[in-house]
Amino acid sequence: MAGKTCELFECGHRACGGCGAALAARLMLQATGKDTIVCSATGCMEVFSTPYPETAWDVPWIHSLFENNSAVASGVVAALKMQGRKEKVVAIGGDGATFDIGMLCLSGAFERGHDMTYVCYDNEAYMNTGIQRSGATPYDASTTTSPAGTCSEGNRRPKKDLPRILAAHGAPYVATASIAYPADLIKKVEKAVNTPGPCYVQIHAPCCTGWGFEGEKTIEIGKLAIETGLWVNYEMEDGNVTRVKKVLRKPVDVYLKEQKRFRHLFKPAVNTGEIAKIQAIADKNAERYGIDLKIRKQEAPKAP
Amino acid sequence: MEGSHAVAKAVKQCRPQVVPAYPITPQTHIVEAIAEMVANCELLAEYITVESEFSALSACLGASAAGSRTYSATTSQGLALMFEVCFNVSGMRLPVVMTIANRALGAPLSIWNDQQDSISIRDAGWMQFYAEDNQEATDLHYIAYKVAENPEVLLPALVCFDGFILSHTYEPVDMISQDEADRYLPPFRPVQRLDADDPVSYGMYATPEYYLEFRYEHDQAMKRAKKIISDAGREFGTMFGRDYTSLTEGYRLEDADIALVTMGSLAGTVKDAIDEMREKGKKVGLLRIRCFRPFPTEEVAKALAGVKTVAVLDKNISVGSKGAIALEIKDALYGKSPMVLDYILGLGGRDVRKLDIKKIVELAEQGMGDQFYGLRREVL
Repeated sequence: MAGKTCELFECGHRACGGCGAALAARLMLQATGKDTIVCSATGCMEVFSTPYPETAWDVPWIHSLFENNSAVASGVVAALKMQGRKEKVVAIGGDGATFDIGMLCLSGAFERGHDMTYVCYDNEAYMNTGIQRSGATPYDASTTTSPAGTCSEGNRRPKKDLPRILAAHGAPYVATASIAYPADLIKKVEKAVNTPGPCYVQIHAPCCTGWGFEGEKTIEIGKLAIETGLWVNYEMEDGNVTRVKKVLRKPVDVYLKEQKRFRHLFKPAVNTGEIAKIQAIADKNAERYGIDLKIRKQEAPKAP
Repeated sequence: MEGSHAVAKAVKQCRPQVVPAYPITPQTHIVEAIAEMVANCELLAEYITVESEFSALSACLGASAAGSRTYSATTSQGLALMFEVCFNVSGMRLPVVMTIANRALGAPLSIWNDQQDSISIRDAGWMQFYAEDNQEATDLHYIAYKVAENPEVLLPALVCFDGFILSHTYEPVDMISQDEADRYLPPFRPVQRLDADDPVSYGMYATPEYYLEFRYEHDQAMKRAKKIISDAGREFGTMFGRDYTSLTEGYRLEDADIALVTMGSLAGTVKDAIDEMREKGKKVGLLRIRCFRPFPTEEVAKALAGVKTVAVLDKNISVGSKGAIALEIKDALYGKSPMVLDYILGLGGRDVRKLDIKKIVELAEQGMGDQFYGLRREVL
């Protein structure tokens, strides 16, 4: 707080160098501006940004519990409406708070149609408690509760498709974004907060500590997720996919081999069978969202 | 008027701006009545039909932090589901007021009355008021808001009234007018709130260097509340004729040898039983606890100073120990002479009659207590 002011999400917080979530928060506030009330779930972001008596938030901010963020935001929205106030309400939580423990409150808030934006910074595991698997952890990722071992290849389940679940609630605007594409992320959060009703933005936020890569590679890893088709940036309006980020697709191993959480797929021997299953996930994403740029369609790499 | 409807009417007169509510027996008539008031624009409020009690109190938390007066009601399992949020609301010093239509906790499932639910969140840092009848249940809502929102207090409050026994019972209730309510309870003026023009952070995490002080300040506020509750109760009495200055109520206690102690609607039965015992020359009296948190320790010690035996009627049990009221009474009387005997009774809606009260007095005269009263023979 004694240091110079950087932005609405100030410098000086306690996140790891190269933290994708911190970048997500900073970009999010660039998009929303100062007339925003932020409701934050328990998690890395809450802990690294608000050690009493310091705070990184230059906007009104409230953290209550791990799982009740959407319900707290519902109350804030209702109070602002009764007081005739115009601030935007943004709830932000990690994937554990959003996909898993906060699902009940999230579903309730979206079904009721409160005018709020829910932003999930998705770093694909419970990072604050030490890298345990969540409903957002990708197939085969090794975490502390889904460790790769002699009879396991890591997380056994694919990622939950939460954006579609929320779109099915009737959310007018649902989008996925990545910290690797800041301009796109900002545009999507802007659109979400300016769309009446409950909107959802899920931000891919690579975690150098949890995924096992050097902090300076966060953006690169984020880009590779998109370029391999393992993360798709898209927008859904009234339940329909309206815009998709197209790419010249790379094989998934270029993404996987950069991260310790997938190291067991390459060492001691390359596990072609499992890598093929992950490639199939990317191929399915590509087909479902039409992400392959047409000019290179014939040259697109085949699944190994 | 039905108890629930009297409470709903009082709540309306308190003008909450946000009412998140989830239905649970026997609380439903309150939240249904409020929904109707909102639907007919008799109450200008955002009524949020949340998907659980957990979200009900979470939404209260958000709305209160944003600067609105908020209200909800629940009971039993619903309050248990709110447990985590209860500590959060009080820790953030948000003056939420909630009605509890007291009910037993499962298993086994029971929709009937005892006070285990609110007693089980005894340590959550909320004020707790217990009403004897529907008049008092109604009046306590205005008082609860007034005290909760006092800048010297800033604590949430539970107004507890016995499920079914009061909530579904028709009694005459003298309602104050809206003008009178407005004069007694001015609009909520939060000391701070979530506001883009003056950003604050709520609910930060505190390291071991700070946490202890937060709890100390919370406890200090609760202790300060004793006088403020008393003042608010006196002011209510001055304005409307029903005085709540005291956090307890004594009944024929002055010359009593045996004092019964309880909370809630059971006090009515106890008073009738006392009258009958008095006619037969037994010197019995009652001390009713109206405010359980903060606990009026000094007031209790003073009121019970002259009696020989105290018989506590607890509609709750801290399993493996005693009833919660008995423990408080023992604390208040520590080092003083009266013998304190505890009777666990009326759990899960088991009826407690005048006859039972008289039998308990007989047990107390023989020094027999610290027991479940009225058990079926087959478990003995």
